[in-house]
Amino acid sequence: MASQHGAPPVFNNRVVAWIDHRLPIFSYIEKEYHTFPTPKNFNYFWNFGAIATVMLVLMIVTGIVLAMNYQPNSELAFASVERIMRDVPSGWLMRYMHMTGASFFFAAVYIHIFRGLYYGSYKAPRELLWILGVVILLLMMATAFLGYVLPWGQMSFWGATVITNLFSAIPVVGDSVVTWLWGGFAVDNPTLNRFFALHYLLPFIIVAVVALHVVALHVHGSNNPLGIDPKGPQDTVPFHPYYTMKDGFGLTIFLIIYAGFVFFAPNWLGEPVNYVQANPLVTPNEIVPEWYLLPFYAILRSIPDKLGGVIAMFGSIAILFVLPWLDTSRVRSCTFRPIYKWFVFVLVIDVLVLGYCGAHPPEGGFVIASRLATIYYFFHFLVLLPILGKIERPLPLPPSIADAVLKKKAV
Amino acid sequence: MRRTIVSGVLALAALGLGTAAIAADEPELKEQHWHFKGPFGTYDRAAAQRGFQVYKEVCSACHSLSLLSYRNLEQLGLNEAQVKGIAAEFQVADIGDDGSAIERPARPSDRFKAPFPNELAAAAANGGKAPPDLSVIIKARSGGPDYVYSLLTGYVPYEQLKPEQIKEFNVQKDDNFNLYFPGHRIAMPPPLADGKVNYVDGTKNTLDQQVRDVVEFLAWASEPHLEDRNRTGIRVILFLLAFAGLIYGVKRQVWADQH
Repeated sequence: MASQHGAPPVFNNRVVAWIDHRLPIFSYIEKEYHTFPTPKNFNYFWNFGAIATVMLVLMIVTGIVLAMNYQPNSELAFASVERIMRDVPSGWLMRYMHMTGASFFFAAVYIHIFRGLYYGSYKAPRELLWILGVVILLLMMATAFLGYVLPWGQMSFWGATVITNLFSAIPVVGDSVVTWLWGGFAVDNPTLNRFFALHYLLPFIIVAVVALHVVALHVHGSNNPLGIDPKGPQDTVPFHPYYTMKDGFGLTIFLIIYAGFVFFAPNWLGEPVNYVQANPLVTPNEIVPEWYLLPFYAILRSIPDKLGGVIAMFGSIAILFVLPWLDTSRVRSCTFRPIYKWFVFVLVIDVLVLGYCGAHPPEGGFVIASRLATIYYFFHFLVLLPILGKIERPLPLPPSIADAVLKKKAV
Repeated sequence: MRRTIVSGVLALAALGLGTAAIAADEPELKEQHWHFKGPFGTYDRAAAQRGFQVYKEVCSACHSLSLLSYRNLEQLGLNEAQVKGIAAEFQVADIGDDGSAIERPARPSDRFKAPFPNELAAAAANGGKAPPDLSVIIKARSGGPDYVYSLLTGYVPYEQLKPEQIKEFNVQKDDNFNLYFPGHRIAMPPPLADGKVNYVDGTKNTLDQQVRDVVEFLAWASEPHLEDRNRTGIRVILFLLAFAGLIYGVKRQVWADQH
């Protein structure tokens, strides 16, 4: 690890040296993924960025293979997915990996976001890093929605109908916008065609934003569980092999759970009714999105007014863009925020409640619960967060990461 | 460390709750033991072959199985000659060498012949609504095999209905009442009964037996690669477990100088 502190790496392989002299990709990899000084006190929550990246690659690879065998035509789509499941060699594996992969990609990203919330990873100087992350989340939601339409099952069709209809809430031009989105006067073949094109496009935009996310990350380096900046080499370790091995272990455990679902319960996370071909004349009893969109669906339905619901739903994500400025506390990590740390958990429970409500028809208690939970969601960000930062007395911060790590060991 | 574990569990609970929530208040299904359940599950070939006989002699009068080809039956243990023979029992439309419309005996590569030429014809012959295709029916119903089993054994004759049931669901004398069908009034009359299908292998043909067999067959039709999936899954997970142990060891070794 001699080159850890600035000296440019020397390559013994002459081909590598030749290329690197003209296009320094090897120096880049060396600097950013080998010697990159990384806080030595990460816990396993710090695995989920790497895990999410692997899931993104997995989704793109399986998705491209699926696209080679899929027919984006409303007459053929459903049967072509079944043909993949039955007749394409290992088609069932690609399809189940992709389908279950979407859920696990979201799971990894949600845990990654929770990590950011709890340890204050969004605070200066990482505001743009966080904002790029929210952009990735939005792109993922759009991609997941578009992809869910492609098998052209009942829930695909009716999900597409409900979500595209949201745009009709826009005053004056709403209906024209919806017709424009559909490419006709109902969700039909043109809609499926364009959704397929966009579903193929968006993941590559996600890759581009992920690249920016990583570039921004490598400017100031990762945050860490203590939320204090490394003060010198004694606080950091080189990224490789320390965190490549730790990420590798965490990733493997994650993949074991993922494989458990892919191979033994591939349809457990899905809606059975999506194995019925789309039928514009028959509405399913309940139209619900996949689990990862349920909290936002609950916020949408909690507002009695259509436009209001749409604004609240988009607002619930838009609010994350300004989170770095809503949080007035100067301390990053909840480890040292005795009051706020409990409210992070309350927020998690609040989002769980919203998800639970989103899975049920908006009747009786579910209406009241989802309204209260929606109000609390916005209350957390708009009221609690700015005020708590002012009145909370944070615990004293340790002088350095190394100091805190050593003290912990002494106990 | 304890804090991180607690918060990890909470985050995982977020995943669990959302999906567990999607259960409606329907009558409890008659849960059965199925040969294909669980990570080591396989299809009971004999039962599935009997189930095919039930489908062929009873269900196929109204229900198509459009995603399956006759050749797929070889997976159930039938040999090539048997499959050829079964296919040849059906006449399918084709175009002859001179371009004229012809009918010819089906080949193993042909899809199962549907009982009606198109959906409109199927609807017209069945009181306005086409009977559903059965290719993925086990995956397309919540409860899967237990639902189809319960449905096929869940008919209650009009005479045995309670007055309040008749009133609540507005049941008429010639309606079919099914305990498990949403709304209870189902267009399909009870398709199976004791002794309906005479099994070629001599198995006793009770209602329960026929229903279990046809569900086994339809489960295979819905998920023909299940056995391959289970086998692959066990290998993949064993590999990943071994790999996890290995990489954990390496990780400990690498971090040893930091602890």
